[in-house]
Amino acid sequence: MTELIKAKVSELLANQTADRVLGWKKGEFFYDETPAVFQAEELDDLVYDGFSAPNLSKYLIKESKKEGKVIALLKPCDTYSFNQLIMEHRINRDNVYVVGVPCRGNLDINKIREKGIKGIQSIKEQGDELIIETIYGTKTLPREEVILDRCLCCKGSQHMVADEVIESGEPAWEAKADRFEMVTKLENMTSDERFAFWRGELSKCIRCNACRNVCPACSCLQCVFDDPASKVQAKSNADDFEENMFHIIRAFHVAGRCTDCGECSRVCPQGIPLHLLNRKFIKDIDTFYGEYQAGADIEAKGPLTEFNKDDVEPSIVKERGGK
Amino acid sequence: MSLNEETKKEYKPLIVAFCCNWCSYAGADLAGSSRLTYPTDVKIIRVPCSCRVNPLFVLRAFQRGADGVIIAGCHPGDCHYTSGNYFARRRMTLLFSMLDYLGIERERTRVEWISAAEGVKFSTTMNEFAKTIHELGENKKLRDLRCEE
Ligand code: SF4
Ligand code: SF4
Ligand code: FES
Repeated sequence: MTELIKAKVSELLANQTADRVLGWKKGEFFYDETPAVFQAEELDDLVYDGFSAPNLSKYLIKESKKEGKVIALLKPCDTYSFNQLIMEHRINRDNVYVVGVPCRGNLDINKIREKGIKGIQSIKEQGDELIIETIYGTKTLPREEVILDRCLCCKGSQHMVADEVIESGEPAWEAKADRFEMVTKLENMTSDERFAFWRGELSKCIRCNACRNVCPACSCLQCVFDDPASKVQAKSNADDFEENMFHIIRAFHVAGRCTDCGECSRVCPQGIPLHLLNRKFIKDIDTFYGEYQAGADIEAKGPLTEFNKDDVEPSIVKERGGK
Repeated sequence: MSLNEETKKEYKPLIVAFCCNWCSYAGADLAGSSRLTYPTDVKIIRVPCSCRVNPLFVLRAFQRGADGVIIAGCHPGDCHYTSGNYFARRRMTLLFSMLDYLGIERERTRVEWISAAEGVKFSTTMNEFAKTIHELGENKKLRDLRCEE
Protein backbone atom coordinates (compact mmCIF):
# COMPACT_ATOMS: atom_id res chain seq x y z
CA MET A 1 0.00 0.00 0.00
CA THR A 2 2.74 2.45 0.96
CA GLU A 3 4.39 1.84 -2.42
CA LEU A 4 1.15 2.47 -4.29
CA ILE A 5 0.66 5.75 -2.47
CA LYS A 6 4.28 6.83 -2.95
CA ALA A 7 4.00 6.17 -6.68
CA LYS A 8 0.80 8.19 -6.95
CA VAL A 9 2.17 11.02 -4.89
CA SER A 10 5.45 11.21 -6.82
CA GLU A 11 3.48 11.40 -10.02
CA LEU A 12 1.35 14.26 -8.67
CA LEU A 13 4.41 16.11 -7.45
CA ALA A 14 6.20 15.57 -10.75
CA ASN A 15 3.34 16.96 -12.80
CA GLN A 16 3.09 19.87 -10.38
CA THR A 17 -0.42 19.24 -9.22
CA ALA A 18 0.94 20.10 -5.80
CA ASP A 19 4.31 20.81 -4.21
CA ARG A 20 4.21 18.83 -0.97
CA VAL A 21 2.38 16.02 0.79
CA LEU A 22 0.73 15.74 4.16
CA GLY A 23 1.04 12.15 5.28
CA TRP A 24 2.34 9.93 8.06
CA LYS A 25 5.83 9.02 9.17
CA LYS A 26 7.12 6.70 11.87
CA GLY A 27 7.23 8.25 15.29
CA GLU A 28 9.47 7.33 18.17
CA PHE A 29 8.11 3.78 17.96
CA PHE A 30 6.87 2.12 14.81
CA TYR A 31 3.30 2.11 16.09
CA ASP A 32 2.99 5.77 16.95
CA GLU A 33 2.97 7.28 13.53
CA THR A 34 2.81 11.02 13.36
CA PRO A 35 1.59 13.50 10.76
CA ALA A 36 4.29 15.03 8.63
CA VAL A 37 4.75 17.16 5.54
CA PHE A 38 7.03 15.76 2.84
CA GLN A 39 8.78 17.38 -0.10
CA ALA A 40 9.35 15.30 -3.23
CA GLU A 41 12.85 14.25 -2.10
CA GLU A 42 11.67 13.17 1.37
CA LEU A 43 9.10 10.63 0.27
CA ASP A 44 11.19 7.71 1.55
CA ASP A 45 9.88 8.39 5.05
CA LEU A 46 6.23 8.29 4.06
CA VAL A 47 4.37 5.29 5.46
CA TYR A 48 0.84 4.05 5.28
CA ASP A 49 -0.31 1.01 7.22
CA GLY A 50 -2.56 -0.06 10.06
CA PHE A 51 -0.92 2.42 12.40
CA SER A 52 -1.58 5.46 10.22
CA ALA A 53 -4.35 6.42 12.58
CA PRO A 54 -3.94 10.18 12.97
CA ASN A 55 -6.69 12.12 11.25
CA LEU A 56 -4.78 14.58 9.09
CA SER A 57 -7.60 16.98 8.33
CA LYS A 58 -6.92 19.25 11.28
CA TYR A 59 -3.37 19.91 10.12
CA LEU A 60 -4.76 21.35 6.90
CA ILE A 61 -6.04 24.39 8.75
CA LYS A 62 -2.45 25.63 8.92
CA GLU A 63 -1.09 23.85 5.89
CA SER A 64 -3.74 25.16 3.49
CA LYS A 65 -2.97 28.74 4.45
CA LYS A 66 0.58 28.44 3.21
CA GLU A 67 1.63 29.13 -0.33
CA GLY A 68 1.31 26.41 -2.95
CA LYS A 69 -0.83 23.34 -2.96
CA VAL A 70 -0.61 20.42 -0.59
CA ILE A 71 -1.63 16.83 -1.21
CA ALA A 72 -3.61 15.48 1.74
CA LEU A 73 -3.86 11.75 2.27
CA LEU A 74 -7.22 11.11 3.83
CA LYS A 75 -8.80 7.89 4.99
CA PRO A 76 -12.55 7.59 4.47
CA CYS A 77 -13.38 8.71 8.04
CA ASP A 78 -10.93 11.63 7.83
CA THR A 79 -12.89 13.06 4.91
CA TYR A 80 -15.86 13.75 7.19
CA SER A 81 -13.68 15.97 9.34
CA PHE A 82 -12.27 17.62 6.23
CA ASN A 83 -15.79 18.47 5.05
CA GLN A 84 -16.75 19.75 8.45
CA LEU A 85 -13.74 22.08 8.44
CA ILE A 86 -14.65 23.26 4.95
CA MET A 87 -18.17 24.03 6.22
CA GLU A 88 -16.64 26.05 9.03
CA HIS A 89 -14.38 27.92 6.59
CA ARG A 90 -11.26 26.72 8.31
CA ILE A 91 -9.55 25.11 5.35
CA ASN A 92 -8.70 26.83 2.11
CA ARG A 93 -9.99 24.19 -0.31
CA ASP A 94 -8.12 25.67 -3.29
CA ASN A 95 -4.79 24.87 -1.71
CA VAL A 96 -5.52 21.20 -1.04
CA TYR A 97 -5.49 18.23 -3.35
CA VAL A 98 -7.26 15.40 -1.55
CA VAL A 99 -6.07 11.89 -2.28
CA GLY A 100 -8.41 9.36 -0.73
CA VAL A 101 -6.59 6.33 0.61
CA PRO A 102 -8.33 3.03 1.32
CA CYS A 103 -8.49 1.82 4.89
CA ARG A 104 -8.76 -1.64 6.36
CA GLY A 105 -9.29 -0.54 9.93
CA ASN A 106 -6.50 0.72 12.17
CA LEU A 107 -4.63 -1.53 14.56
CA ASP A 108 -4.54 -1.16 18.31
CA ILE A 109 -1.11 -1.82 19.80
CA ASN A 110 -2.65 -2.29 23.24
CA LYS A 111 -4.92 -5.05 22.01
CA ILE A 112 -1.89 -6.75 20.48
CA ARG A 113 -0.05 -6.53 23.79
CA GLU A 114 -3.09 -7.83 25.62
CA LYS A 115 -2.74 -10.98 23.56
CA GLY A 116 0.35 -11.60 25.60
CA ILE A 117 2.79 -10.70 22.86
CA LYS A 118 5.85 -9.06 24.36
CA GLY A 119 9.01 -7.47 23.05
CA ILE A 120 7.46 -6.41 19.76
CA GLN A 121 9.99 -5.08 17.30
CA SER A 122 8.01 -4.74 14.12
CA ILE A 123 4.68 -5.72 12.63
CA LYS A 124 4.04 -6.56 9.01
CA GLU A 125 0.58 -6.84 7.54
CA GLN A 126 0.11 -9.68 5.15
CA GLY A 127 -3.46 -9.97 3.92
CA ASP A 128 -5.57 -10.78 6.95
CA GLU A 129 -2.55 -11.79 9.06
CA LEU A 130 -0.15 -9.80 11.13
CA ILE A 131 3.41 -11.04 11.17
CA ILE A 132 4.86 -9.83 14.44
CA GLU A 133 8.61 -9.87 14.99
CA THR A 134 9.46 -9.99 18.67
CA ILE A 135 12.68 -10.50 20.55
CA TYR A 136 11.34 -13.97 21.31
CA GLY A 137 10.73 -14.88 17.69
CA THR A 138 7.99 -14.46 15.11
CA LYS A 139 4.31 -14.55 16.03
CA THR A 140 1.18 -14.26 13.91
CA LEU A 141 -2.26 -12.86 14.71
CA PRO A 142 -5.43 -12.45 12.69
CA ARG A 143 -5.74 -8.77 11.88
CA GLU A 144 -9.39 -8.66 12.75
CA GLU A 145 -8.77 -9.45 16.42
CA VAL A 146 -6.77 -6.33 17.17
CA ILE A 147 -8.68 -3.61 15.35
CA LEU A 148 -8.93 -0.24 17.04
CA ASP A 149 -12.31 0.16 18.78
CA ARG A 150 -13.41 3.14 16.75
CA CYS A 151 -12.90 1.16 13.53
CA LEU A 152 -15.30 -1.52 14.73
CA CYS A 153 -18.00 1.10 14.19
CA CYS A 154 -16.60 2.22 10.83
CA LYS A 155 -18.68 4.75 8.93
CA GLY A 156 -17.89 3.04 5.64
CA SER A 157 -15.23 2.89 2.99
CA GLN A 158 -16.58 5.78 0.92
CA HIS A 159 -14.61 9.02 0.79
CA MET A 160 -16.95 11.97 1.31
CA VAL A 161 -14.62 14.21 -0.64
CA ALA A 162 -11.60 13.47 -2.80
CA ASP A 163 -9.92 14.79 -5.92
CA GLU A 164 -8.71 11.30 -6.55
CA VAL A 165 -9.06 7.96 -4.79
CA ILE A 166 -6.44 5.22 -4.68
CA GLU A 167 -7.99 1.77 -5.05
CA SER A 168 -6.33 -1.07 -3.24
CA GLY A 169 -8.28 -3.94 -4.72
CA GLU A 170 -8.57 -5.41 -1.24
CA PRO A 171 -12.04 -6.00 0.22
CA ALA A 172 -13.33 -2.95 2.09
CA TRP A 173 -13.47 -2.93 5.86
CA GLU A 174 -16.97 -3.02 7.30
CA ALA A 175 -18.54 -2.00 10.60
CA LYS A 176 -18.89 -4.85 13.03
CA ALA A 177 -20.51 -3.16 16.00
CA ASP A 178 -23.37 -0.81 16.81
CA ARG A 179 -21.83 2.48 17.86
CA PHE A 180 -24.63 3.34 20.27
CA GLU A 181 -24.55 0.06 22.14
CA MET A 182 -22.66 1.38 25.16
CA VAL A 183 -24.58 4.66 25.20
CA THR A 184 -27.85 2.74 25.41
CA LYS A 185 -26.43 0.55 28.12
CA LEU A 186 -25.53 3.61 30.17
CA GLU A 187 -28.92 5.18 29.56
CA ASN A 188 -30.52 2.10 31.02
CA MET A 189 -28.56 2.31 34.26
CA THR A 190 -29.85 4.23 37.25
CA SER A 191 -28.67 7.74 37.62
CA ASP A 192 -26.45 6.83 40.57
CA GLU A 193 -24.83 4.05 38.56
CA ARG A 194 -24.20 6.43 35.71
CA PHE A 195 -22.75 8.96 38.10
CA ALA A 196 -20.42 6.33 39.54
CA PHE A 197 -19.40 5.21 36.07
CA TRP A 198 -18.50 8.71 34.94
CA ARG A 199 -16.76 9.67 38.15
CA GLY A 200 -14.65 6.55 37.75
CA GLU A 201 -13.71 7.50 34.23
CA LEU A 202 -13.39 11.25 34.43
CA SER A 203 -11.41 11.23 37.65
CA LYS A 204 -8.60 9.56 35.70
CA CYS A 205 -8.20 12.65 33.55
CA ILE A 206 -4.82 14.32 33.95
CA ARG A 207 -5.88 17.25 31.83
CA CYS A 208 -3.13 16.78 29.31
CA ASN A 209 -5.44 18.33 26.69
CA ALA A 210 -4.50 15.66 24.14
CA CYS A 211 -8.16 15.02 23.37
CA ARG A 212 -8.77 18.65 22.62
CA ASN A 213 -5.58 19.17 20.66
CA VAL A 214 -6.19 16.25 18.37
CA CYS A 215 -9.86 16.97 17.75
CA PRO A 216 -10.59 18.40 14.33
CA ALA A 217 -13.77 19.99 15.68
CA CYS A 218 -11.79 21.76 18.42
CA SER A 219 -10.23 24.28 16.13
CA CYS A 220 -11.03 27.58 17.85
CA LEU A 221 -8.29 30.16 17.70
CA GLN A 222 -8.72 30.76 21.41
CA CYS A 223 -10.14 27.92 23.46
CA VAL A 224 -12.20 28.74 26.56
CA PHE A 225 -9.96 26.41 28.50
CA ASP A 226 -6.92 28.44 27.56
CA ASP A 227 -8.28 31.74 28.68
CA PRO A 228 -5.80 32.86 31.36
CA ALA A 229 -8.43 35.10 32.94
CA SER A 230 -10.58 32.11 33.77
CA LYS A 231 -7.67 30.45 35.56
CA VAL A 232 -9.06 27.05 34.59
CA GLN A 233 -5.65 25.69 33.71
CA ALA A 234 -4.33 26.27 37.19
CA LYS A 235 -7.41 24.72 38.72
CA SER A 236 -7.72 21.92 36.26
CA ASN A 237 -7.57 18.96 38.58
CA ALA A 238 -8.23 20.52 41.91
CA ASP A 239 -11.82 19.33 42.15
CA ASP A 240 -14.28 16.84 40.67
CA PHE A 241 -16.24 19.74 39.35
CA GLU A 242 -13.44 20.86 37.06
CA GLU A 243 -13.19 17.43 35.50
CA ASN A 244 -16.91 17.25 34.90
CA MET A 245 -17.01 20.75 33.57
CA PHE A 246 -14.14 20.31 31.16
CA HIS A 247 -15.66 17.24 29.62
CA ILE A 248 -19.26 18.41 29.53
CA ILE A 249 -18.28 21.69 27.94
CA ARG A 250 -15.83 20.18 25.50
CA ALA A 251 -18.41 17.65 24.37
CA PHE A 252 -21.03 20.38 24.13
CA HIS A 253 -18.79 22.61 22.05
CA VAL A 254 -18.36 19.90 19.46
CA ALA A 255 -21.99 18.74 19.59
CA GLY A 256 -23.46 18.73 16.12
CA ARG A 257 -19.98 19.14 14.64
CA CYS A 258 -18.27 16.03 15.97
CA THR A 259 -17.93 13.56 13.13
CA ASP A 260 -17.32 10.68 15.54
CA CYS A 261 -13.82 10.23 14.16
CA GLY A 262 -12.78 8.68 17.46
CA GLU A 263 -9.47 10.52 17.72
CA CYS A 264 -10.18 11.81 21.24
CA SER A 265 -10.58 8.35 22.75
CA ARG A 266 -7.68 7.00 20.72
CA VAL A 267 -5.17 9.51 22.04
CA CYS A 268 -6.30 9.69 25.65
CA PRO A 269 -3.35 8.36 27.68
CA GLN A 270 -5.77 7.44 30.47
CA GLY A 271 -8.08 5.39 28.27
CA ILE A 272 -11.14 7.49 29.07
CA PRO A 273 -14.00 6.57 26.70
CA LEU A 274 -14.62 10.13 25.55
CA HIS A 275 -16.51 8.96 22.49
CA LEU A 276 -19.34 7.95 24.81
CA LEU A 277 -19.95 11.61 25.57
CA ASN A 278 -19.92 12.63 21.93
CA ARG A 279 -22.06 9.72 20.90
CA LYS A 280 -24.65 10.64 23.49
CA PHE A 281 -25.02 14.01 21.78
CA ILE A 282 -25.11 12.34 18.37
CA LYS A 283 -27.75 9.89 19.52
CA ASP A 284 -29.89 12.65 21.03
CA ILE A 285 -29.56 14.80 17.94
CA ASP A 286 -30.58 11.84 15.81
CA THR A 287 -33.67 11.11 17.89
CA PHE A 288 -34.77 14.69 18.55
CA TYR A 289 -33.92 16.43 15.30
CA GLY A 290 -33.49 13.71 12.72
CA GLU A 291 -30.45 11.70 11.76
CA TYR A 292 -27.42 13.79 11.09
CA GLN A 293 -23.85 12.87 10.26
CA ALA A 294 -21.49 15.81 10.57
CA GLY A 295 -19.27 16.19 7.54
CA ALA A 296 -21.28 13.94 5.23
CA ASP A 297 -22.82 16.80 3.29
CA ILE A 298 -21.30 20.27 3.18
CA GLU A 299 -24.62 21.79 2.14
CA ALA A 300 -26.38 20.54 5.28
CA LYS A 301 -27.05 22.85 8.22
CA GLY A 302 -25.69 21.84 11.59
CA PRO A 303 -28.35 20.73 14.08
CA LEU A 304 -27.43 23.42 16.60
CA THR A 305 -27.38 26.25 14.07
CA GLU A 306 -30.88 25.43 12.99
CA PHE A 307 -34.28 24.88 14.58
CA ASN A 308 -37.83 23.81 13.91
CA LYS A 309 -40.81 25.58 15.35
CA ASP A 310 -42.13 22.31 16.73
CA ASP A 311 -38.90 20.98 18.23
CA VAL A 312 -39.22 18.94 21.41
CA GLU A 313 -39.22 20.85 24.68
CA PRO A 314 -36.33 20.35 27.12
CA SER A 315 -38.80 18.65 29.45
CA ILE A 316 -38.48 15.60 27.17
CA VAL A 317 -35.47 14.65 29.28
CA LYS A 318 -37.77 14.17 32.25
CA GLU A 319 -40.72 12.77 30.32
CA ARG A 320 -38.58 10.10 28.74
CA GLY A 321 -38.46 8.69 32.21
CA GLY A 322 -35.82 6.08 32.81
CA LYS A 323 -34.06 5.54 36.06
CA MET B 1 -25.74 30.02 67.65
CA SER B 2 -24.59 26.80 69.21
CA LEU B 3 -23.38 23.91 67.14
CA ASN B 4 -26.51 21.96 67.91
CA GLU B 5 -28.79 24.64 66.75
CA GLU B 6 -26.82 25.02 63.58
CA THR B 7 -27.20 21.40 62.53
CA LYS B 8 -30.92 21.70 63.07
CA LYS B 9 -31.06 24.65 60.72
CA GLU B 10 -33.55 24.03 57.98
CA TYR B 11 -32.18 23.27 54.52
CA LYS B 12 -32.57 26.26 52.28
CA PRO B 13 -32.04 25.50 48.64
CA LEU B 14 -30.47 27.97 46.25
CA ILE B 15 -32.19 28.26 42.91
CA VAL B 16 -30.81 30.27 40.05
CA ALA B 17 -33.29 31.55 37.51
CA PHE B 18 -31.98 32.97 34.27
CA CYS B 19 -34.79 35.22 33.06
CA CYS B 20 -34.86 36.90 29.69
CA ASN B 21 -35.22 40.63 29.91
CA TRP B 22 -38.20 41.00 27.61
CA CYS B 23 -40.63 38.41 28.86
CA SER B 24 -39.82 36.42 31.94
CA TYR B 25 -38.09 39.20 33.85
CA ALA B 26 -41.09 41.38 33.14
CA GLY B 27 -43.24 38.44 34.22
CA ALA B 28 -41.40 38.41 37.52
CA ASP B 29 -42.04 42.14 37.85
CA LEU B 30 -45.71 41.60 37.23
CA ALA B 31 -45.78 38.83 39.80
CA GLY B 32 -44.25 41.30 42.24
CA SER B 33 -46.60 44.17 41.50
CA SER B 34 -49.58 41.80 41.64
CA ARG B 35 -48.39 40.78 45.11
CA LEU B 36 -47.95 37.16 44.08
CA THR B 37 -45.23 35.43 45.99
CA TYR B 38 -42.35 33.28 44.93
CA PRO B 39 -39.79 31.66 47.20
CA THR B 40 -36.86 33.71 48.37
CA ASP B 41 -34.63 30.78 47.41
CA VAL B 42 -34.96 31.86 43.81
CA LYS B 43 -32.25 34.22 42.69
CA ILE B 44 -32.96 35.87 39.39
CA ILE B 45 -30.22 36.65 36.91
CA ARG B 46 -31.39 38.84 34.08
CA VAL B 47 -30.17 37.93 30.61
CA PRO B 48 -30.94 39.73 27.35
CA CYS B 49 -32.45 36.61 25.82
CA SER B 50 -32.79 32.97 26.79
CA CYS B 51 -30.21 32.14 24.13
CA ARG B 52 -27.65 34.19 26.04
CA VAL B 53 -27.42 31.34 28.52
CA ASN B 54 -24.21 29.53 27.76
CA PRO B 55 -24.02 25.94 29.07
CA LEU B 56 -21.09 27.15 31.15
CA PHE B 57 -23.41 29.51 33.02
CA VAL B 58 -25.53 26.57 34.08
CA LEU B 59 -22.50 24.62 35.27
CA ARG B 60 -21.03 27.65 37.01
CA ALA B 61 -24.29 28.16 38.87
CA PHE B 62 -24.10 24.58 40.13
CA GLN B 63 -20.43 25.05 40.98
CA ARG B 64 -21.17 28.09 43.11
CA GLY B 65 -23.75 26.20 45.10
CA ALA B 66 -27.01 26.25 43.15
CA ASP B 67 -29.29 23.29 43.80
CA GLY B 68 -31.45 23.94 40.78
CA VAL B 69 -31.21 26.03 37.62
CA ILE B 70 -34.18 27.27 35.66
CA ILE B 71 -34.10 29.18 32.41
CA ALA B 72 -37.12 31.27 31.57
CA GLY B 73 -37.69 32.97 28.23
CA CYS B 74 -40.35 34.28 25.90
CA HIS B 75 -42.77 31.77 24.44
CA PRO B 76 -41.53 30.14 21.22
CA GLY B 77 -42.38 32.53 18.43
CA ASP B 78 -42.36 35.57 20.75
CA CYS B 79 -38.63 36.04 21.28
CA HIS B 80 -37.64 39.69 21.10
CA TYR B 81 -34.86 38.64 18.77
CA THR B 82 -37.18 36.43 16.71
CA SER B 83 -35.48 33.08 17.14
CA GLY B 84 -33.19 33.14 20.17
CA ASN B 85 -35.38 30.86 22.23
CA TYR B 86 -35.60 28.29 19.45
CA PHE B 87 -31.83 27.90 19.56
CA ALA B 88 -31.83 27.93 23.34
CA ARG B 89 -34.42 25.18 23.32
CA ARG B 90 -32.20 22.85 21.30
CA ARG B 91 -29.12 23.67 23.33
CA MET B 92 -30.75 23.20 26.69
CA THR B 93 -32.47 20.00 25.64
CA LEU B 94 -29.11 18.54 24.72
CA LEU B 95 -27.33 19.92 27.76
CA PHE B 96 -29.94 18.63 30.21
CA SER B 97 -29.94 15.27 28.55
CA MET B 98 -26.15 15.18 28.93
CA LEU B 99 -26.32 16.09 32.60
CA ASP B 100 -28.85 13.30 33.08
CA TYR B 101 -26.49 10.95 31.25
CA LEU B 102 -23.72 11.87 33.67
CA GLY B 103 -25.96 10.90 36.54
CA ILE B 104 -26.96 14.36 37.72
CA GLU B 105 -30.60 14.47 38.81
CA ARG B 106 -32.68 15.55 35.85
CA GLU B 107 -35.14 17.41 38.11
CA ARG B 108 -32.52 20.04 38.89
CA THR B 109 -32.78 21.68 35.51
CA ARG B 110 -35.77 23.21 33.82
CA VAL B 111 -36.82 25.52 31.00
CA GLU B 112 -40.09 27.47 31.05
CA TRP B 113 -41.62 29.95 28.65
CA ILE B 114 -43.14 32.82 30.62
CA SER B 115 -44.46 35.97 28.99
CA ALA B 116 -44.56 39.48 30.45
CA ALA B 117 -48.27 39.02 31.08
CA GLU B 118 -47.89 35.77 32.98
CA GLY B 119 -47.14 36.89 36.50
CA VAL B 120 -49.20 34.01 37.81
CA LYS B 121 -47.31 31.48 35.75
CA PHE B 122 -44.06 32.94 37.02
CA SER B 123 -45.12 32.59 40.59
CA THR B 124 -46.53 29.06 40.26
CA THR B 125 -43.55 27.83 38.25
CA MET B 126 -41.07 29.12 40.79
CA ASN B 127 -43.06 27.74 43.71
CA GLU B 128 -43.30 24.36 42.04
CA PHE B 129 -39.64 24.28 41.09
CA ALA B 130 -38.55 25.32 44.57
CA LYS B 131 -40.68 22.55 46.02
CA THR B 132 -39.11 19.96 43.74
CA ILE B 133 -35.61 21.12 44.65
CA HIS B 134 -36.50 21.17 48.31
CA GLU B 135 -37.56 17.54 48.08
CA LEU B 136 -34.42 16.60 46.14
CA GLY B 137 -32.19 18.20 48.69
CA GLU B 138 -28.72 19.53 48.26
CA ASN B 139 -26.86 19.30 44.99
CA LYS B 140 -23.96 17.01 45.83
CA LYS B 141 -23.01 15.73 42.44
CA LEU B 142 -22.10 18.89 40.65
CA ARG B 143 -20.74 21.09 43.38
CA ASP B 144 -17.29 22.43 43.94
CA LEU B 145 -16.03 21.86 47.46
CA ARG B 146 -13.75 24.83 47.13
CA CYS B 147 -16.75 27.08 46.74
CA GLU B 148 -18.42 25.90 49.93
CA GLU B 149 -18.45 28.22 52.87
S1 SF4 C 1 -6.72 13.11 26.60
FE1 SF4 C 1 -7.61 12.01 28.37
S2 SF4 C 1 -6.32 12.58 30.13
FE2 SF4 C 1 -5.87 14.04 28.48
S3 SF4 C 1 -7.25 15.78 28.89
FE3 SF4 C 1 -8.33 14.43 27.45
S4 SF4 C 1 -9.54 13.06 28.75
FE4 SF4 C 1 -8.01 14.03 30.08
S1 SF4 D 1 -14.79 14.98 19.67
FE1 SF4 D 1 -13.52 13.14 19.32
S2 SF4 D 1 -14.69 11.93 17.83
FE2 SF4 D 1 -15.55 14.01 17.79
S3 SF4 D 1 -14.48 15.08 16.14
FE3 SF4 D 1 -13.35 15.51 18.06
S4 SF4 D 1 -11.75 13.92 18.14
FE4 SF4 D 1 -13.27 13.23 16.63
S1 FES E 1 -35.83 37.76 24.17
FE1 FES E 1 -36.96 36.45 25.50
S2 FES E 1 -36.26 34.53 24.81
FE2 FES E 1 -35.29 35.82 23.34
